[in-house]
Amino acid sequence: MSYLEYNVKTTPRGFRKILYFNWPLLLLLATVCCVGFMMLYSVAGGSMFPWAEPQIKRFGLGIVLMFAIAMTPIWFWRNIATVAYIGTLVLLVVVDLIGDESKGSQRWIDLGFMRLQPSELMKISLVMLLAAYYDWLDIKKTSHPLWVLFPLLVIAVPTALVLRQPDLGTSILLVTGGAIVMFLAGVSWWYFGAVIALVVGAVTAVFQVRGTPWQFLKDYQYRRIDTFIDPSFDPSGAGYHITQSKIAFGSGGWTGRGFMQGTQSRLNFLPEKHTDFIFTTLAEEFGFIGGFSLLSIYLLIIMFCMVSAFQNKDRFASLLTLGISAAFFLYFAVNMSMVMGLAPVVGVPLPLVSYGGSAMIVLLAAFGLVQSAHIHRPR
Amino acid sequence: MRRPPKDTEESARKITRRGLILGASQVGFMGLLVLRMRQLQVDQADQFRNLAEENRVNMHLLAPARGLIYDRNGNVIAQNQQNYRVVVRKEDSRDLDVVLERLSHIVVLTPSDIARIKKELRNAGPSAPVTIADRLSWEAFAKIAVNAPALPGITPEVGLSRAYPYGADFAHVVGYVGPVSDYDLQRIDDGDPLLRIPRFQIGKFGTEAKTEKTLRGSAGVKRVEVNATGRIIREIDREEGQAGKALQLTLDADLQKYCLARMEGLSASAIVIDVENGDVVACASAPSFDPNLFVKGISVKDYSTLTQDPYRPLASKTVQDRYPPGSTFKMVTALAALEAGVITPQETIRCRGYVEVGGRRFHCWKRAGHGNVNLHNSLKMSCDVYYYEVAQRVGIDNIAAMARRLGYGTKFDIPMSAVSAGVAPDKAWKREELGKEWVIGDSLNVSIGQGLVLATPLQVAVMSARLATGKSVEPRMIASLDGIKQPELGGTDMGINENHLRAVRKAMFAVSNESGGTGYGSRIVEDSMRIAGKSGTSQSGNSIVRNADVEWDKRDHALFTGFAPYETPKYAISVVVEHGGGGSSTAAPILRDIALQALYGGTPPLEAYPSNDRATIRTQQLRIQALDPNQVEAEQDPV
Repeated sequence: MSYLEYNVKTTPRGFRKILYFNWPLLLLLATVCCVGFMMLYSVAGGSMFPWAEPQIKRFGLGIVLMFAIAMTPIWFWRNIATVAYIGTLVLLVVVDLIGDESKGSQRWIDLGFMRLQPSELMKISLVMLLAAYYDWLDIKKTSHPLWVLFPLLVIAVPTALVLRQPDLGTSILLVTGGAIVMFLAGVSWWYFGAVIALVVGAVTAVFQVRGTPWQFLKDYQYRRIDTFIDPSFDPSGAGYHITQSKIAFGSGGWTGRGFMQGTQSRLNFLPEKHTDFIFTTLAEEFGFIGGFSLLSIYLLIIMFCMVSAFQNKDRFASLLTLGISAAFFLYFAVNMSMVMGLAPVVGVPLPLVSYGGSAMIVLLAAFGLVQSAHIHRPR
Repeated sequence: MRRPPKDTEESARKITRRGLILGASQVGFMGLLVLRMRQLQVDQADQFRNLAEENRVNMHLLAPARGLIYDRNGNVIAQNQQNYRVVVRKEDSRDLDVVLERLSHIVVLTPSDIARIKKELRNAGPSAPVTIADRLSWEAFAKIAVNAPALPGITPEVGLSRAYPYGADFAHVVGYVGPVSDYDLQRIDDGDPLLRIPRFQIGKFGTEAKTEKTLRGSAGVKRVEVNATGRIIREIDREEGQAGKALQLTLDADLQKYCLARMEGLSASAIVIDVENGDVVACASAPSFDPNLFVKGISVKDYSTLTQDPYRPLASKTVQDRYPPGSTFKMVTALAALEAGVITPQETIRCRGYVEVGGRRFHCWKRAGHGNVNLHNSLKMSCDVYYYEVAQRVGIDNIAAMARRLGYGTKFDIPMSAVSAGVAPDKAWKREELGKEWVIGDSLNVSIGQGLVLATPLQVAVMSARLATGKSVEPRMIASLDGIKQPELGGTDMGINENHLRAVRKAMFAVSNESGGTGYGSRIVEDSMRIAGKSGTSQSGNSIVRNADVEWDKRDHALFTGFAPYETPKYAISVVVEHGGGGSSTAAPILRDIALQALYGGTPPLEAYPSNDRATIRTQQLRIQALDPNQVEAEQDPV
């Protein structure tokens, strides 16, 4: 029996697929999105514009896309993983060449109805390709140096392109996301030691070339890191934002000031109140309870993905599911650390909550893949 | 193609093992996040709460500089001056009463001021600046700044306020700005946050109001950190707004000034249009008022003086007031008849001083009658009977159509307030507006510019411009916007037979230059600048009695319109003197003087005037030069 026949046989008939959906996961995702709409409504001072309404429209689009992806058999996605990766890489090069100038970095392609950020797409394409690669690779060869080199290359190329934009947050997410898939696939612990050493080396290098003509990052990013190390370094700039973010956060207390009552988060001090710092507003208005609740929902999403992955006997499917959930985790972990002053401000949005079309649609599409893996699992 | 899955068992075990390690570390990290949250929101909550109370960031809107308005030669008509003021914001106004009491030792604050401040504070947004006192002297301003620690919550600021260096000269055209009112907010709800600043000044009247959007610019934002008492600790950042765009008008400030000076003591208006491109070079309504008073906020007493003046200084007589155009309308009737082919220029009609139509007598202004008149003489001597006859032949609809072609009944698009359309009446109009049928008497009245026809001085001037060129000249007042030249409106050929136009122009030339013409007394003797004109008398009372015998406000309005020079027309002008009696006696000399002033670009030499007039003209010139209109010193723009 060919593999294709095997797939068809184990796949429920079209309309029956809907029954196999991972419904709890879907509900959790929708809940997070609704929290996002609410917060966007609040930071706009109690108005659907300029953020909440467009975000809801994109959510609609994202959900449709998610269903479409979920209904497509998982083997299809595995087969196009390479093509998707190369296509995304091409898009990245395109934005590098012709992308809109925005805040000194080139990040998007204007599709008219939305701005597509190829770097967002890359986070998923990369995980997909690595999962497909380790699915194809003989398990015994997993830790063979030659076979480790390829995934490293696959991670390095887009990372370099994204760094050129420059988008530090996304680069970190790409490298870490990629590394996690390699780790799950069973690459030897030794390599990780080496990679960590490399990262430390790279960071040192980045700081060594500072001030020289070939410095790696933009000035403002260096300043952000400086500020993180010592918030008083630039009290009117980025450090100021972190301090203010902490104040708003702290003033929320146990229960928060109440919906739309965040005096600090009328956020006169944050240019990114609807994107990177939206969690600050949530924490101020709903307090520890609110922040903890959102974190719990995130945790549940991760758990459901894990359970789904462990139940799945298909190597590609479970690697993909875990990889996506890890990327999702990195997103909110980095963002929350950032606004709570645990990490430098690198510009990572809060997944499904921050305003931003590309990120939301890409994430919903990614969970479409998770659903597809769940529905089409071998039974 | 994919190989069948091998070693799935081992693979799944590996993934599960490593997945659990990953999951555990993720949960661990989340635990760390929860701890941090707890640390910030529970353990240190009080400390942050206090910081939050004390350390507030306020957004202050930065009002942009309003766009300047220039005349055609680059003279500033509307400018911005530095204005020292002191403001308070709601979010900073804790001990307002105490502060105001202390402040009243430095600036005068009446109880009504304090009531106003409190009212504005109630209605204002938390960070909108409410002006406590403005137009402060430098000394007072410095005192307030020095005593700032004792005056928590109030901020001395340097704002910009509008000033009009030419004072009353441009009041009706350019208008004035004033504080935003609730009515304004309903009128222009463009969601601009600037409008929410109490007492933010926007255009209220004239060009200032009509081009408000262009002149206003857009708000900038300044973020400042303030402490608990509302004292600004420092500015965090600022985002400059967009200054308003500059506007250049087609008006000539010198000519405008002259027109007003020349009409001093009269209730009158004058318009000068450049026939080549439609530029309105002067647009003066006398008497005028000082717009600077309105910017500062006019006192009730001053305002009632203006409203109760019988000469109506607040009315924009040039474009708003509608008068029967009187005999100046006869060119329309004549052209309509010529174009319809019902008369020829040579044909004579006998004037016996009246005609009887439909059992009613219609009189000529000259009781004795004019005898046999042709087209040329009918205009030159302004015979009414000739037109009564012509009107019956040509019919009202033809007359109305010609009137509209020449600019009557049109609401021209110029940036002034309350531009009237006037009325070019025909049968349909009367049915619709008055619900009555058209009668022949209406036609007779309209044919000599009386009765139902109404025109603004601007329309009469446009008619002269169109007669002079044969083109559909339109008035324009904006020469350039933000440095971008606006299209000229010289118009296109209207398709009126050139021979007919020439006959009418020749007759108009005769009015001003042939003995017996109604404007002959106010002729220009300089050959290259001869006027072609037409007088008119617009009935406002009973015209059978002599004007000198009735009170001023019962007398007829005097009109005169025309263009000059006759050979190569440059300017079309119309003058209306309210209750001035006959057009030829009061309006014609004013038009002549304005025409000369415009053509010479300054005070004309006495040789241009008829010899018997020169002595009077000389004294008049000296009087106008001696006038010292109260001028605001034009200052350099502070920005």
